[in-house]
Amino acid sequence: MNNVTKMLVTLVVIGAISGGLLAKIFEWADPQIKANAQRETERAIFVVHPEGKKQEKLTGIPDELYKVMDDKGNLIGYAMPVKGNGFQGVIKMMMGVSPDLKKITGLTVLDQVETPGLGSEITKESFTDQFKKVDPTPAIVGKKGATETPNDILTITGATISSKAVVKIMNLGLDELRKLKKEGKI
Amino acid sequence: MSKSNSPLNDFMNGIWKQNPIFKQVLGTCPTLAVTVSIVNGVAMGLATTFVLLFSSLIISMIKKLIPNQVRIAAYIVVIATFVTIVDIVMKAQFPDLSKALGPFIPLIVVNCIILGRAEAFASKNTVVRSGFDALGMGAGFTLALIVIGSIREILGSNKLFGFVVLPDTVEPMLIFILPAGAFLTLGILFGIANNYEQKKKDKEIQKAITAERSTKLVTAPASVQTETEEA
Repeated sequence: MNNVTKMLVTLVVIGAISGGLLAKIFEWADPQIKANAQRETERAIFVVHPEGKKQEKLTGIPDELYKVMDDKGNLIGYAMPVKGNGFQGVIKMMMGVSPDLKKITGLTVLDQVETPGLGSEITKESFTDQFKKVDPTPAIVGKKGATETPNDILTITGATISSKAVVKIMNLGLDELRKLKKEGKI
Repeated sequence: MSKSNSPLNDFMNGIWKQNPIFKQVLGTCPTLAVTVSIVNGVAMGLATTFVLLFSSLIISMIKKLIPNQVRIAAYIVVIATFVTIVDIVMKAQFPDLSKALGPFIPLIVVNCIILGRAEAFASKNTVVRSGFDALGMGAGFTLALIVIGSIREILGSNKLFGFVVLPDTVEPMLIFILPAGAFLTLGILFGIANNYEQKKKDKEIQKAITAERSTKLVTAPASVQTETEEA
């Protein structure tokens, strides 16, 4: 066997073995990875809808959206995963809204890489709880220092960009929901 | 290479004499990036040790079968396979840890420690010796990450293993959690390690000189060697 053939054969054999091995392992792990993601989403849904008991993924719409019901099966709102750019990277959140989209029931940050100690304060309840009191129509506004109208949210000192990013992501999510509502899809 | 070829010696080599971080200065990218807390450091260290051990074992087993020209490609495929295994298993079993370490697990593929040991040790030595060398290197790496991780966690967030260890009156020094703190910590530790080695070397030279004087010789004996070994 000349050298070139030997090189080719060696690499092909090594590649095939490792490919086969990885396929087997992935087959074993895939259901668990999916279950983990599912559990994570479910946990977040009930954080933004504390009274919710059941959730159901809505089908037939382009967005990922969950219907949340209480124990009697009455609709108490929607939960929607939203994401957008923060200061240093993508911020992923779960947003909960009432059925008429007039009230935000909760907000939890799932994933963020903002500056520790400054931007990362957006995950704290002292910040996210503000959204429960705010009037989201027509849009939420991030304000420095003091709030003036019912639409205002107080931004975090030293983390204006991160705070405003959260507000922007929320507004985009709400717009999307309003559009769906208008089209009669939810 | 050290004078004795015992497995224990191969293992101890990685802990200090050829510590991948403090002596070889390999794999500093994950070192700087993941050591914001001690738990992340330990997890990264263990993941790297796992990949290092299995890729070293496999590579030293098949070293004779691999044509010289394609050896690096073959090593990378072997290493990438084990890294992917670690990545998948972590995602399935430890989703939180996998999230914290983020892209640094897949990046173990290009961690110089692993390819470095494959090329410098596993491809030239027996399976048993390669195994012990890999374990030693992995342990040395993990220890280094633990040291850096604990310093940064204590100073940066007043915590250790997630428990508060410093009173509230001590303001956490945010910079130690940020990238700049990683460089500061690593730099100072390099300084301490080198200072220690230098003192040790000076002492040995001093000892050799005294010994010489007593035997009335003028030239330095050849036994005074540097601590640095071939990589």
